[in-house]
Amino acid sequence: MGVRRWVESWPLYRQLTGTDPLGRGAAAKSAGSLSLTARTETADSMARSVCPYCAVGCAQRVFVKDGQVTQIEGDPDSPISRGRLCPKGAASKSLVTSPFRQTTVRYRRPYSTQWEDLDLDTAMNMIADRVLAARDETWEDVDDAGRPLNRTLGISSLGGATLDNEENYLIKKLFTAMGALQIENQARI
Amino acid sequence: MIVIQGSNMAEAHPVGFQWVMEAKRRGAKVFHVDPRFTRTSALADSYLPIRAGTDIALLGGVVRYILDNELDFREYVVSYTNAATIVTEDYRDTEDLHGLFSGFKEENASYDQTSWRYEGQGQNVPPRDTETQRETAAGLEHESHGAPVNGQTQRDETLQHPRCVYQILKRHYARYTPEMVERVCGIPQEKFLELAEAWTRNSGRDRTGMLVYSVGWTQHSVGVQYIRTGAIIQLLLGNVGRPGGGVMALRGHASIQGSTDIPTLFNLLPGYLPMPHHADHPTLDEWVDSIRHPGQKGFWGNARTYGVNLLKAYWGDAATADNDYCYGYMPRMTGDHGTYQQVLDMIDGKIKGYFLLGQNPAVGSAHGRAQRLGMANLDWLVVRDLFMIESATFWQNGPEIETGEIVPEECRTEVFFLPAASHVEKEGSFTQTQRLLQWREKAVEPPGDARSELWFFYHLGRIIRERLATSTRPRDRALLDLNWNYPTHGPHAEPSAESVLYEINGYEVASGRPLSSFTEMKDDGSTAGGCWIYTGVYEDGVNQAARRKPAGEQSLVALEWGWAWPANRRILYNRASADPDGNPWSERKKYVWWDPQKAEWTGYDVPDFEKGKPPSYRPPVDSSGVAGIAGDDPFILQGDGKGWLYAPTGVLDGPMPTHYEPVESPVRNPLYRQQANPTRKVYTHPINTLNPSPPEPHSEVFPYVFTVSRLTEHHTAGGMSRMVRPLAELQPEMFVEVSPELAVERGLDHLGWAYLVTTRAAIEARVLVTDRLTPLRIEDRIIHQVWLPYHFGFEGLVTGESANDLFGISLDPNVLIQESKVGTCDVRAGRRPRGQELLELLVDYRRRSGDLGPHYPPQVTTDVADSGRDREV
Repeated sequence: MGVRRWVESWPLYRQLTGTDPLGRGAAAKSAGSLSLTARTETADSMARSVCPYCAVGCAQRVFVKDGQVTQIEGDPDSPISRGRLCPKGAASKSLVTSPFRQTTVRYRRPYSTQWEDLDLDTAMNMIADRVLAARDETWEDVDDAGRPLNRTLGISSLGGATLDNEENYLIKKLFTAMGALQIENQARI
Repeated sequence: MIVIQGSNMAEAHPVGFQWVMEAKRRGAKVFHVDPRFTRTSALADSYLPIRAGTDIALLGGVVRYILDNELDFREYVVSYTNAATIVTEDYRDTEDLHGLFSGFKEENASYDQTSWRYEGQGQNVPPRDTETQRETAAGLEHESHGAPVNGQTQRDETLQHPRCVYQILKRHYARYTPEMVERVCGIPQEKFLELAEAWTRNSGRDRTGMLVYSVGWTQHSVGVQYIRTGAIIQLLLGNVGRPGGGVMALRGHASIQGSTDIPTLFNLLPGYLPMPHHADHPTLDEWVDSIRHPGQKGFWGNARTYGVNLLKAYWGDAATADNDYCYGYMPRMTGDHGTYQQVLDMIDGKIKGYFLLGQNPAVGSAHGRAQRLGMANLDWLVVRDLFMIESATFWQNGPEIETGEIVPEECRTEVFFLPAASHVEKEGSFTQTQRLLQWREKAVEPPGDARSELWFFYHLGRIIRERLATSTRPRDRALLDLNWNYPTHGPHAEPSAESVLYEINGYEVASGRPLSSFTEMKDDGSTAGGCWIYTGVYEDGVNQAARRKPAGEQSLVALEWGWAWPANRRILYNRASADPDGNPWSERKKYVWWDPQKAEWTGYDVPDFEKGKPPSYRPPVDSSGVAGIAGDDPFILQGDGKGWLYAPTGVLDGPMPTHYEPVESPVRNPLYRQQANPTRKVYTHPINTLNPSPPEPHSEVFPYVFTVSRLTEHHTAGGMSRMVRPLAELQPEMFVEVSPELAVERGLDHLGWAYLVTTRAAIEARVLVTDRLTPLRIEDRIIHQVWLPYHFGFEGLVTGESANDLFGISLDPNVLIQESKVGTCDVRAGRRPRGQELLELLVDYRRRSGDLGPHYPPQVTTDVADSGRDREV
């Protein structure tokens, strides 16, 4: 390497003479970092998404390779967030890819001291049985004056603010048709 | 001018806070009012420390400052608010009645609002008694529409009539002087005057000021009135419906706005229609009339259309004019069916099954022990979440195991944990805090058994309907006739979220054409729509919420990014951004205006007004509905078209906000004999005991004020953050912040341990001694406040005791939200006692505070004349 090329390899020289006066881009690159490729460039696909934490609604880009989320970053197109994410939003890849996520159904029998495994279809049918039984046992047709009640106060539900509008719509629709009134979410707290 | 109060925006909504910094860079003054100095305070121009629970006293002081100095935006106030409207002579103020308004009924601690009404015939006949309104959180129905009031009012536009709202307001706040603000809030007078002066100076034709709040305002027994006080200031200063103005609610979950609009709430149906009440709404006609208030002005005149479209969306072909569109299928409320009532009913064995859908009440709701004991007394519990949260494992790892209050072998609750899909594993829309819907694309399939809520509820409904297919019981018709046909796709038969959005939007029944506006809805069954305020989100069959035109390629208002309800309007009531004649108030604050050439409203946003209605339009006498709104009435959902400085009906704890002490307070109300909100919702249940407060004796047993809020690195009850490695690493431990003075008083060591005690619980935390907390001089004594994060629980990568365990349950009467931003406690050095010794400690505190049984501070204290001269009237 000649002296000129050696001097040109100094980040400070490149910062002072090149196109990167703040030294946060090209000037700071080494041979090693020049050879790196961002995960965002090799992704198979990118989904336009929204941060799942608070209600500011920062836009996210979710990068996927081989069916796995490889990167989540702020979407610079957003007029709300301009590409920025807070520590929680920036950790959302860790949220969705966490090894601590439960990915199978777990079941605890009455009076038991431990969890058991349960098949999803079985769980769905057991839950449907219990909903119908609770509804029948606590059904109220009319009030004391004979006015309609059409309801059960034996079933409760809590949650919705972390879910999609479409999900909230189906939850409320099904519970209302079932006569279950006691439907609440985080907006109450 | 930006005032942030009841919110730590820089830490809880950091990315939104960039716009506050942007405004500051351009010269805006930023004020932060909070019990604790936070990063928001550090970046503000001015910080005002405040005693938790006294915000109305401060804001009332600002109202007095505006009125006394005549600094209101007079032309806006006269034309667009009800300042000129005359109130009946029967009205009596809190100044006359020791802190109560006229009409108070001791027998059920609620108001007969008749004496609050406007002068004139047929004004605001209460459609439902006020106790029923409290039980059913009826205030929430007014989130988007006005309470009933007839538009034919009497006005004095000189604002001199002694019974006009302007003069009533002036008298009501006459004693909220800078001296009083200092005595109640602990805010030095010069700091108060700095805020009041800046707020008024930065409002008017050329300038606007913005008010920002979060749950630091809502989670109080007077929470709705906090926000009303802010709204009164903003209306007096002309800061509503204009760019740079408004009252901004920063909400805390990705779609908490959506789950209020399309509610999973007991008292509401989509689009703020009320859930029917058994006595008030036995028939469709009575239900509709209770919403539209026949004869009333405004867009709620079309309530029948909105109601029929919802019923038609729910029950499809089965819903016909002949059967009142299946209205009879609706379940009916008989009272309070809210989440806290439910928990007490669980403890009492009245509830069999409970679904938890991404919510963790064992940590996140007030009175954690009551939450856990309630869940331990169910037949079955279904928890749907990403992680194994405390509300799924209370029977195994909860703090009640150690005290013996829950014994796994004796706990009968059957628990199903079903893993949920994350936000990148399903498609759908979130509605963010400014009513903006943003669609998310699906990135990957959910792992293992994880499924979306859409999948779970669609298939649960499918299975239940299959089970009942041969049923002939009347009660099953509502399920069997339900319109439950959504196309599914993929290996798990995932229902189509877009098909649900299409139904929410609404469609023409015969052709299937999506509606483009709720004004296309018909009340004859020919259209169906699941949430009228969302109509237009699927206009032209295009998912408008999925629009992503880059910010740089469109106007600042960014109308082509996502879709905002209603009608893609970004600032509500934006007719008020023009003067009564339809011209912009100023070139600088130009936003929406009347174009006389084209004879229509135009501007940078979608005008929030009938497009062709000129400013000069005056409604014919006795007109109602939309036709009753004059061309210069911007508040088109209100019965009189005006912004309400004074609420002649609809707000259950008074027509104007009044300072009441928190239910648990170490301080006697310096303003009135009435100590706390007399109409608050009280639950008398053995588990829900409250600390004594003045004028009762023994409040010195719990001498300190505590408040809780968020850390940047954690989210609510921690279910999405304590389980996430980088976040857990950044904030690994529960702690309590105390002032150096309190540390000396209580012998607390920095980084040592302390425990906090209330009549409900004792929890321990590491001590952080910091001058972020300032002892406040209140009257003649020093009040210490302590602060805790509320994210911690006993599961996850990092654990800690739950701050919400300390709270009792007292609710705001309008919306049934709990007071969980302020309570009283004792603070002691060291680790807390465990097991039986913990229970003995709590008994000891209860004995010392005078009552071993459940204790509730009295609701009415106006007969206690212990007060200084300020309280005497």
